[in-house]
Parts: sequence; structure tokens; C-alpha cells
Amino acid sequence: MIKKIIKNSYLTLMVLFLYVPMFTLIILSFNKSRSRATWGGFSLNWYKEMLNDKAIMNALWNTILIALISSVIAVVIGTLASLAISKMKRRRKSFYLGITNIPMLNADIVTGISLLLSFIAFGISLGFKTILLAHITFNLPYVILSILPKLAKDEQSLQDAALDLGASEVEAFFKVTLPDIMPGVLSGFLLAFTMSLDDFIITYFTKGAGINTLSTLIYSQTKRGVKPSIYALSTIIFLLVFIILVLLNFFQNKKKEKVLK
Amino acid sequence: MNKKTKNIIILPYTIWMICFIIVPLLFMIYFGFTNKLNQFTIENILSIFNQDNLKSLILSLELSLISTIICLIISYPLALILKNMNVGKSSFLVFLFILPMWMNSLLRIVAWLTLLEKKGIINSFLLLLGLPRLDIINTPIAIVLGMVYDFLPFMILPIYNSLTKIDDNTINAAYDLGANFFNVLIKIIIPLSMPGIISGITMVFIPSLTTVAIPNILGGGQILLIGNVIEQEFIQSSNWHRGAGLSIVLVIFILIITSFVDRHSEKDDKILM
Repeated sequence: MIKKIIKNSYLTLMVLFLYVPMFTLIILSFNKSRSRATWGGFSLNWYKEMLNDKAIMNALWNTILIALISSVIAVVIGTLASLAISKMKRRRKSFYLGITNIPMLNADIVTGISLLLSFIAFGISLGFKTILLAHITFNLPYVILSILPKLAKDEQSLQDAALDLGASEVEAFFKVTLPDIMPGVLSGFLLAFTMSLDDFIITYFTKGAGINTLSTLIYSQTKRGVKPSIYALSTIIFLLVFIILVLLNFFQNKKKEKVLK
Repeated sequence: MNKKTKNIIILPYTIWMICFIIVPLLFMIYFGFTNKLNQFTIENILSIFNQDNLKSLILSLELSLISTIICLIISYPLALILKNMNVGKSSFLVFLFILPMWMNSLLRIVAWLTLLEKKGIINSFLLLLGLPRLDIINTPIAIVLGMVYDFLPFMILPIYNSLTKIDDNTINAAYDLGANFFNVLIKIIIPLSMPGIISGITMVFIPSLTTVAIPNILGGGQILLIGNVIEQEFIQSSNWHRGAGLSIVLVIFILIITSFVDRHSEKDDKILM
């Protein structure tokens, strides 16, 4: 009995530790008063201010656009690559897996700096497109590593059957393989999307002047004092990520159910 | 799939990884070993022994070690409780502990800034209760707190995953043979969850070691960790050669750390949630 109380209070304590700081931001976003310390009544003012703040809206637009484009491109390149990697012989396979692991094992700051140096060396001006290139680069491993397990050997016999029955490779891919690996593709896409939304340091080094994503905007604001409209923004981001994760969980559970059947 | 198709569909990825992973790393090495006149030098690498840089590196190692240990101490019992509750990996409770991992990390640090500031929320409460102020913002303590908060889920998840893989029969067998809880924990549970512990350690230690945002926001920009030193070389003093040299040193440290853990790595845990 006492054991159970200790366990439950420990769990509760940890949940509070993880969520109280985040919920503080959410509560502050509805605070009429500008001060953090006093509650001036409920208000949606900061949401209005956020919508009228050009810097925030631009950063929000850049963030979503970059996350969307980079994850779509990463999914296309990554799906094709996974198909090939899954059929490779051992040595070539481990070579490709090794390369795929580099950006995951490397510190983000190193990835960011090395990309910055090569953009400069090749004379590519920093801006939206360099952020996009960087994001595709660090998204690719996440896509590949979520698709590869779905391409396990036993599932490939279906594709071989389709080919035997006269389907072209393209037909077999779209009608057999793709539906089969779809949960992996979708969770790879959602993973890439959230990684891109979340990234700060790689964006920071590859963005150049005059463009911001949400992370870099928040970072620059912490130096000048955080505006309450940022709290409104955080509430929206929390909601967005929450929805994506519920979706992700849903896809993965659905896959499990399918296996159980 | 014939060989030709295979070679065609892997091509975009191969080109991409060469252009944006391999070549950039080679550039970093080139910049790190040259000076502004493009002459070979190891001065940039050796600049890690400058007093200030060395101080930052040692402080980074200390703080990230402390936060890794704190994360481990907090996470292990938590993961054990979660495993024993038998709620399953896709339960809401487990989801609750993984969720923060995906929230924007800068916002999570800003949340602590709001709480810890001189006139922040915690101090306002303390003032209200007539208690003395909590003055930890802009100190290493605040930085460690930020690291623990930011990276804690990366410790919980791999440990929890490795604990759920342990066959309950093994544990029950030990109990049947007369072992008490402590014996079971030390001789069965901890050794079998070692892969999770090790990958948790890397997933907390490396981001803590290389963080830029946490010391800048919670340390007020006065406490420089190695990531901040590298950032300053690039952003403020535009000494890219030195910045690249220091990054190479950082990579060497990461390689040393990961080589210890390479075999046990369960990094893909994050993907499988």
C-alpha cells in the first residue's frame, strides 16, 4: 500500500516537473496583464497581437513551409533509397546505413557548421533555400530508418508475386509495396515534419540574415525580453505537436493491430 | 527489382549524402587545418588549449556529466515503475513521458526562463509567501536544470524500452530461487537493461555537451560552454578556421564517447517511440 503511494506520488511529481513549465506558458498566453507575476484576467489579446505581428507570422509561415517541403522531399528520396537499401548485399548495405547514421550521431552544431562552410565555399547565398537543403539533409535519416524495418524480407515475397504475375516494377511498387510500407512512410513523414519544426541550431547556422523560423525568432527574442505574444504562439505550437503525435501514435497502433490479425 | 533499377533509385540519396554530409565534413576538416591564407596549420586545433577555451570545454564536460547523472537517477526508477505497471508502450501514461521530447526545445527553455527570472513566476510566489528569493538564473545550476528538463525524455525512453524487453520469467525465477528485490535489481534487471542505460547516457550527454541555446538563455550569455565558444567564432568574430578547428575537437570527443557505446546503441528507439 505504502509502496503504491510512493510510486504514484513519484509519477505525479515527474508529470508535474515535465508539464508545469509548459502549462505556465499556456496560462500566461491568456493573461490580460503584461506582467508575468500578476493575473490580470482572461484575455485573447496576445493572440490578436501575435496575428498582427509580421515577424512572428513570417517566421511561422517559413517554419511550416520548410517543414512541409523538406519532409515531402525527404520522404520521396528516402522511400526510393530504402527500397534499394533493403535489397542490398551486406557490405553495401552497412556502408549506406553508416552514412545514414552520420547526421544522427553527429552533434547538430557540427552538422550546421559543416553545411554553412560548404554553402559559403560554393558561393550559395544563405536564406530560405539553404535552410531547406539543411532540413532535407537531417530529415532523410529519420525517414529511411522508419521505412526500412517495414521492408523486412518476408514482406517482399508479395512484391515478387506481383512481378511474377506480370505487373511492371512501377505497378508493383504503387499497388503492392507502397500500401504495405505506408505506415512507415507516414510515420517517417510526421517524424521529419516535427524534427524540422523543432530544429534550432542547424537552422541558426544556415539561415543567414533577414530570415527567421520560429526557433530562431524565439532565440533572438530571449535576448531582448520575451513578448507575451510568443506565449500565445507556444500554445499553438504545443497543440500542433500534440495533434501530430496523436496521429503518429494512431498510425503505429493501427499497424500493430494489423499484425495481430 | 533488377540491378539497374536499384542503382537508379538509390542515386538521388547517394548524391544528396555526398553533397550535404560528406563534402561539408571534408570542408570542415579543411577549414580546421588551414589559416586565412589557406596554409596548413594545427593552430586552430591547438586553440582548445587556450585558457578560456579549455575552461569552457571542461565546464561543458562537467555540466553535461552532472545532468546526465541526474537524468539517469530520475529516469531509472521512473522507467521501472512504468514497466511494472504493465500499461504497454502505447498507453497514455507512457505517451505522457515521451511527449515533451517532441515539443519545441527552445520554448521549453523559455518556459524555465519565465519561471526562474529575477522577477519571474517562482520569485513572485516566494515574495508572496514572504520567503527569500531563488537566485539561480544565470548560474550553472540553471543551465543544468535546463539540460535535465530538455533531455530527460531521451533517458526515460531507451531505459523503459530495454526494461520492457526483459522476460518476466527471468525475474520471477530469481525471486523463486530466493533473491530479494535488491539482488534481483542489481544482478538481473540492471545488467539486462544496460543497452538502454548506455544509449540513454549518449542521448543526454552529447546534446548537453554541444548545446548552444541553453547556456545562452538560462546562463544569461555570461557562462560560455564549448558550443557557445564555437558559435562566437562563427557569428561574432567570423574566425571560421578557428571555429572549424574547435568543432573538430568536439567531434573527436563525440567519437570517443560513442565508440564506447556503439555496439549497444539503441538510437532507433526514438523512431519507434
